[in-house]
Amino acid sequence: MIAKKCGKQSVKFSTPVKIISTYSIVGQKEGNGNFKDYFDYILKDDKFGEDTFEHAERKLIEHAIIHGIERAHLNIQDIDLMLAGDLLNQITSSSFTARKLNATFVGLYGACSTMAESLAVGACMVDGGFFKNVVCATGSHFSSAERQYRFPLELGNQRPPTSQWTVTGAGCAILSADGPNDCNKIYSATFGKVVDYGVTDVNNMGAAMAPAACSTLIAHFEDMHTKPEDYDLILTGDLGKLGSELLIDLMEHNGYKLGRNYSDCGQMMYNDNQKTFQGGSGAGCSASVLNSYVMRKLSEGSIKRVLFLATGALLSSTSAQQGDSIPGICHAVEIRRE
Amino acid sequence: MDDKELHEKYNAYVQAKIPKTKNFPSLFYSYLVGGLICMLGQGISDTLLAIFPSMTKDAASAWMLIGLIFLASFLTGLGVYDRIGVFAGAGSIVPITGFSNSIASPAIEYKKEGIIFGLCVKMFSVAGPVIVNGLAVSIIVGIIYMFL
Repeated sequence: MIAKKCGKQSVKFSTPVKIISTYSIVGQKEGNGNFKDYFDYILKDDKFGEDTFEHAERKLIEHAIIHGIERAHLNIQDIDLMLAGDLLNQITSSSFTARKLNATFVGLYGACSTMAESLAVGACMVDGGFFKNVVCATGSHFSSAERQYRFPLELGNQRPPTSQWTVTGAGCAILSADGPNDCNKIYSATFGKVVDYGVTDVNNMGAAMAPAACSTLIAHFEDMHTKPEDYDLILTGDLGKLGSELLIDLMEHNGYKLGRNYSDCGQMMYNDNQKTFQGGSGAGCSASVLNSYVMRKLSEGSIKRVLFLATGALLSSTSAQQGDSIPGICHAVEIRRE
Repeated sequence: MDDKELHEKYNAYVQAKIPKTKNFPSLFYSYLVGGLICMLGQGISDTLLAIFPSMTKDAASAWMLIGLIFLASFLTGLGVYDRIGVFAGAGSIVPITGFSNSIASPAIEYKKEGIIFGLCVKMFSVAGPVIVNGLAVSIIVGIIYMFL
């Protein structure tokens, strides 16, 4: 009966789900970073012509979705379902975008793991034959995240060396049951468990999320009977420099060696002169890198098999203030190009 | 290995791995900037006393504090103070200018949520604890002073 489930946490799609179009948009700082030549649109003004940062974040997601749909030569009416989420309270950036687009909408919350979460859920929906065209999108804005989770922007405080920089950016991928055969496709997905190793430092998200990434990565290898060398690229979302080192150590402890094919979007996002300490974070981090650099490399054929794992820290400012530790989650999707 | 033991082990391992703030440059810059702010304050009050010989020392200090508070709020509004804070650290937080910054910055930030529920409510979100502690300590000291 359950023919598509693989092992404990994974699913394998009977017909690989086509990613017919992708779009990425980022802020100025990201536009000066390592992927500047890959992003589709770089903001000239961090507020994107809006009056508040929250409105700007909403517009980022909206812009990514509208242009993603356009690039797929579809109309908004052709979209059967929109799967999206963001970091703001009650995921308003996504739901308000859905209101504007008049889209059938399922809101997701996986913190910074939302890109992988939406792709995994969306691929299930498409392969299950329920919907034809599904939009998967997420985004974040540095300033709206700072306002919600940390201090006012103009406060003259210092950031600790373990901190990461929330990426201003959004990404959108359109999954379809139709479309050309020569496109990037999702072959399998692994849904993560909520893992908590008792880290309470809100300025060290990499350490809080690395165990979740480790758990999902092991589950994926076991369920799919693969090993790290089988992939051209294993890419985590926003563990940052420290978090990715922790993941490599944790994996080695569990008998898996992550080699040169392992990388992290957050770690790669900025160059060293941009003083972001551990690198990028936020839902927009993995979303913008996946939907620009990674998809382009797959299309060019320089890499053929990617395991994309977006990690999220499932805390709220209230839970952190009440002394709770930070639970992490990580979802994985395997994307291939034949 | 049970969960608690695993968590302790992991956290100890993370602590050993995290990059530490370099003591010398942080201390140097914070003393440098903090010292410059104090010199500026002293300069203002000395200048006032030189221009207005009839002014009392207390009055000059009060005007100096007002001047520093204004300057810090002004620089916060221009978006400069947070940049000073990035390398000065405690040097620009501890003096009264830091207090001014901690009130002006949320006021600017939350203006969009309305004057009453945004600006007025959130204005003391950072400086609130300082005010509460200051008041509490002043009451305790006042009571002690009463019996002396």
